[in-house]
Amino acid sequence: MRRLASVCCCLVLACLAGCSQPPQPSNKLILWHWMTDRQDTLQKLAQEYKEKTGIEVAVQLFAPSESYSQKVIAAAQANVLPDIYGILDKKSIVADFIKAGLVTDLTPDMEAGGGVWKNSLYAKALADKSFDPGNSYGIKPGIYGVPIDVTNEQMLYNKKLLAKAGIKNPPQTFDDFLKDAHLLRRVGITPFVAGWGELWLLDCFASNYAFNIMGEQKVFDTFRGKVKYTDPDWLKVFGVFAQLYKNGVLMNGIVTKGNKYAEQDFALERAAFAFNGSWCVNVYKEMNPKLDYGVIPPPPISNAYPLKIWGSAGSTFVVNAQSPNKDKAIAFLKWLTSEKQQEVLARETNNLPSNRQATVAVSPILRDFSKGMEESTHPNIWPLNEDPTVSEAFDRGLQAILIGDKTPEQVAQEVQKVKDQQMAKHNRRR
Amino acid sequence: MKLKSNGALALKNNFQNFLFVLPAFAIFCIFYIYPFYKMINLSFYDWRGIGPMHFIGLSNYQELMHDHLWWNSIWHAGYITLIALTFQNALAFFLAMACDREIRLKRFYRVVFFIPPVLSEVVVGLIWNWILNPETQNGQYIGLLNHLLYASGFPQMVHDWLADPATALSTIAIVNSWKGFGWGFIIMLAGLQTIDKQLYEAAKIDGAGTWKTFTNVTVPMMLPVILVVMILTILGCMQVFVLILAMVNEGLVNYTDVPVTRIFSAMQNTNQFGYACAEAVIFGMILVCISFITKKLSDKVKHA
Repeated sequence: MRRLASVCCCLVLACLAGCSQPPQPSNKLILWHWMTDRQDTLQKLAQEYKEKTGIEVAVQLFAPSESYSQKVIAAAQANVLPDIYGILDKKSIVADFIKAGLVTDLTPDMEAGGGVWKNSLYAKALADKSFDPGNSYGIKPGIYGVPIDVTNEQMLYNKKLLAKAGIKNPPQTFDDFLKDAHLLRRVGITPFVAGWGELWLLDCFASNYAFNIMGEQKVFDTFRGKVKYTDPDWLKVFGVFAQLYKNGVLMNGIVTKGNKYAEQDFALERAAFAFNGSWCVNVYKEMNPKLDYGVIPPPPISNAYPLKIWGSAGSTFVVNAQSPNKDKAIAFLKWLTSEKQQEVLARETNNLPSNRQATVAVSPILRDFSKGMEESTHPNIWPLNEDPTVSEAFDRGLQAILIGDKTPEQVAQEVQKVKDQQMAKHNRRR
Repeated sequence: MKLKSNGALALKNNFQNFLFVLPAFAIFCIFYIYPFYKMINLSFYDWRGIGPMHFIGLSNYQELMHDHLWWNSIWHAGYITLIALTFQNALAFFLAMACDREIRLKRFYRVVFFIPPVLSEVVVGLIWNWILNPETQNGQYIGLLNHLLYASGFPQMVHDWLADPATALSTIAIVNSWKGFGWGFIIMLAGLQTIDKQLYEAAKIDGAGTWKTFTNVTVPMMLPVILVVMILTILGCMQVFVLILAMVNEGLVNYTDVPVTRIFSAMQNTNQFGYACAEAVIFGMILVCISFITKKLSDKVKHA
């Protein structure tokens, strides 16, 4: 009996001792990610890095991204984050990670040697995890993440289907797009598909037109509560979706369609146009290698302001500020984003590299995607974002318009009501 | 002195017993009691999952009381449950009765009827997404259901089942019943096989027909089993989640929201962990109430 009790006590003490032991520097780095399609290439590169430097990088995959996201948050709460990881959440959550001391400020490394590392990467991609002076999150200005690739969302068109409907060139304006949709319908081709069952893609398309119709300042003023969603410009944005519905542009079931299904529909030539991100090149290649398609930005509806597409870092890694291997982790990420490694990543995974020099390694279609990068925008680089509850109401409202359930005016009023409620709530709690 | 040594012995024995229970007790506390406590605790905070937590008392609950989308989601789950309680369980009962008789291939049917419940909800969602696909290619409907409706002379019935507010929830409810009826079928079949055959013979001798035998022998004998199936159906259907995600992704506007999708959305999309916990607490209380009522009902039936 005494022996049993002693063993139990020893086990408890051993556990406590293990818990309190601070992590020691080592030659092994741990990297967590969520990208199933990049696992093999990342492992291959990690092996190459080990042979070169003697530092082992354990590349650990946790998919799908929703589960990964929850895992990272749980690990942050338990303070067991790895040396290198990615934060897939909104910028406000990234700010919370930084405030909790879980992310290293990479600015000194990026700026070293006249900013060689920083300048080799797309500015828009770096901005994803950067904070400007006076940012609304209260974070010390700096660069906190390393993008390993970039992505943007644009419109794709099937050249064969367009030719079948007698359309020679892809549309340049929204009106052209509607006309093309009629021509396509006439020959029995579904004009447009997108995975709008995933609300962020719907949000992305809407914000493209919001920027085009009213300019970014007015969009941000709406987030600040200075402009109402019932404003005529916002009604025009909602009206874009009403026009898509009324003109029979959309594939049936588009509002509940996951992006995987939408990708399948476009790859199997069931729709002439699609709205998708640059990762689709890899997907379409696997689904239908003979698919002949091109890339255009969504056709603008107004000349008032430029139509800005969403483009940013595809996948960004951060370095755990509490890791004893911080410097080694930074050195590995520097190596991973250098031209040669970026070319390997781009070639093998068909993603746009974050290193500007490596763009030559990509396919012509990806090069077309990359043209939009410099003029792109993204919620992660905006000075502020809309309240997530309002965003959700906005996206649900767009869905309601797309199925003909509500008018733009009704949706505008409902979204504004949610906005007012949220602002009142925040003021009350403040 | 002897008393003292007896007391020490009892203490020693109790300590020994406690040591044996300790691992199970520790696991129970860590994985059940603590998360439960933490969930209730978090429901009083404004928290985004990381960063500072702000105590806001009952504000999350107050907000929840006025959140019509939340109460609609409860109604949606109730509707799915109602379809399951009626359509799914009636189907399970009658198929179980059919398979309880001496019919050809009854073993085969038993296996076939039990396939849907053992399939993953994601797989079921994918299969039904294909069956319900409303799109056409080269003039042909891609989805099996619309294709069959069109080919069998009912083109007016061809429909976008999951993207129409009038049909989306019912479609999900029917698919959910299709997936779930196998459990009820197996339990009811087991229940039917426990009914003493002599009761049927006695009823026959007394001149009871098929309907009378069914209402006076089968149904009363099966009532406890039916109640068990009902409780399991209610608890299972109220928590439906993966199937909805697999069929309509983030949902059709708010027409396909159920409590678990609302909780998930509050955590995943809007980072309102405190609010999500308040939703989970209220939902848990509703489920406890339902279980309590059905338990009382079950006890009443047993005593009757």
